[in-house]
Amino acid sequence: MTIQEIEQEIVSEFELFDDWLDKYNYIIEMGRSLPALDETFKEEKYLIKGCQSSVWLLASSEDGKVVFRADSDALITKGIVALLIRVLSGKTPKDIIDSELKFIDRIGLKEHLSQTRSNGLNNMIKQMKLYALAFHTRLSR
Amino acid sequence: MGFNLEKIRNDFPVLQQLVNKRPLVYFDNAATTQKPLQVIDRLNKYYSSENSNIHRGAHYLSQKATEAYEQARKTVQKFLNARHDHQIIFTRGTTESINLVASSYCKKYVRPGDEIIVSAMEHHSNIVPWQIACEDHGAVLKVIPMNEDGELKLDCFYSLISDKTRMIAITHVSNALGTINPVHAIIAKARECEIPVLVDGAQALPHMTVDVQELDCDFYCLSSHKMYGPMGVGVLYGKEEWLERMPPYQGGGEMIKDVSFQKTTYNDLPFKFEAGTPNVSGVLGLEAAIQYLNGIGMKDISEHETSLVHYAQEQLRLLENIRFIGTARERAGVISFLFEDIHPYDTGVILDKLGVAARTGHHCAQPVMDFYKIPGTVRISFGLYNTRQEVDMLLEALQKVRQMFV
Repeated sequence: MTIQEIEQEIVSEFELFDDWLDKYNYIIEMGRSLPALDETFKEEKYLIKGCQSSVWLLASSEDGKVVFRADSDALITKGIVALLIRVLSGKTPKDIIDSELKFIDRIGLKEHLSQTRSNGLNNMIKQMKLYALAFHTRLSR
Repeated sequence: MGFNLEKIRNDFPVLQQLVNKRPLVYFDNAATTQKPLQVIDRLNKYYSSENSNIHRGAHYLSQKATEAYEQARKTVQKFLNARHDHQIIFTRGTTESINLVASSYCKKYVRPGDEIIVSAMEHHSNIVPWQIACEDHGAVLKVIPMNEDGELKLDCFYSLISDKTRMIAITHVSNALGTINPVHAIIAKARECEIPVLVDGAQALPHMTVDVQELDCDFYCLSSHKMYGPMGVGVLYGKEEWLERMPPYQGGGEMIKDVSFQKTTYNDLPFKFEAGTPNVSGVLGLEAAIQYLNGIGMKDISEHETSLVHYAQEQLRLLENIRFIGTARERAGVISFLFEDIHPYDTGVILDKLGVAARTGHHCAQPVMDFYKIPGTVRISFGLYNTRQEVDMLLEALQKVRQMFV
């Protein structure tokens, strides 16, 4: 599936929920089902620190695709991290760089990416794109 | 006016709204307090009928604005029981007040190898300005440790003092833990050793009466917006002997007597420290806030809030698996806690959805969080308009949080 197709799939899933409670329960569930990063990876160089919660992000390049693994200390943050991985992991660097990630706004989670939240998500997206850019540069050499 | 909670709540337009379709429960007063109509109306009145630059023009409006501004200084002087009104310097807030002292005082009095003492529970704004000053002047920052309850270890403080100590900067009330520090004892010790003491009063003044002469501190700092006044205004109170001798903090208009390209002579106190056009409306709003607090009576406010904090603590204690961060005997305004194994951010998000505005995170006091080895806390902080019913709503909301995460 393309990035847009996965985004659309997520939007459809979220349309099933009429209230915020179900929506958050779903995000929490996704947070729970995202495999935890091994503690050895929870070190400074993978850390994206927010003042409320933190994210750890790893990226590798496999067959021209970027594979992301990530974790967070807060479950809601981790749920949104899981969504981002579902959308972006396994895609080509170019597609990741070009992605607009409009689904976040469409499922009503934009507030979690606002400045005030400082949960590391904003910087996580930036970092994912930076990794993609780095792999893209390496691949195009 | 007396303490009439219903009437008080009606003075605050913000409190009348719904958030996420629920009545707003505002428990983030340590971050900023809401503003009563009396303050909002004062700002409106200033811009509708008095706006003019002060201490400048001879015209009617300028004189009117100047008089109002200087009258506000006297109101603050009286509120803090300062000896003179020129000991009241208007700043942008507590942060700027501390920066002013850290910059001006240290420039004149701190030399390489000297020491400055802060405490383990300071807000970043009472750490970083001193770190910068230490770096600039080759001085060393010393830290008074605290115990698990979040109380300062006074015996350690006594042994930190040396003949190299040039300043003790301490918070009156901790914003993260609510601890009321033994500032009297600290100042008494400092007096013996002739070391000046700066007290960060941002979290104290909204909750208690402060008398700077009785306290005998050398500097006291406050923020208007944490005591029901407008944002962007604060106060530095200082003893005359220091303020007179300290060099200006910033240069500009108002703070000068004569300017030529060869030499500038500085204005007298308090103007020496008030460079540029001040926040006149903000200062008048602060005055209105003080008058509002005086009208209700700080004693009654204090009693109401203390009883509310006790009630909230009792009720929260009934929840299982709650861990209070900061259990000092003397506390004001703030309860910090962790609930179950739930990350404070998660608790905060769901509380918000349920209409409860609490603060989560490190509260600009990272060293405190490092001390407890936690990522942050959920902090509820009280204002004069909060009610027991709101505490009950918080408890209900926490039960919901538990259902979702545990």
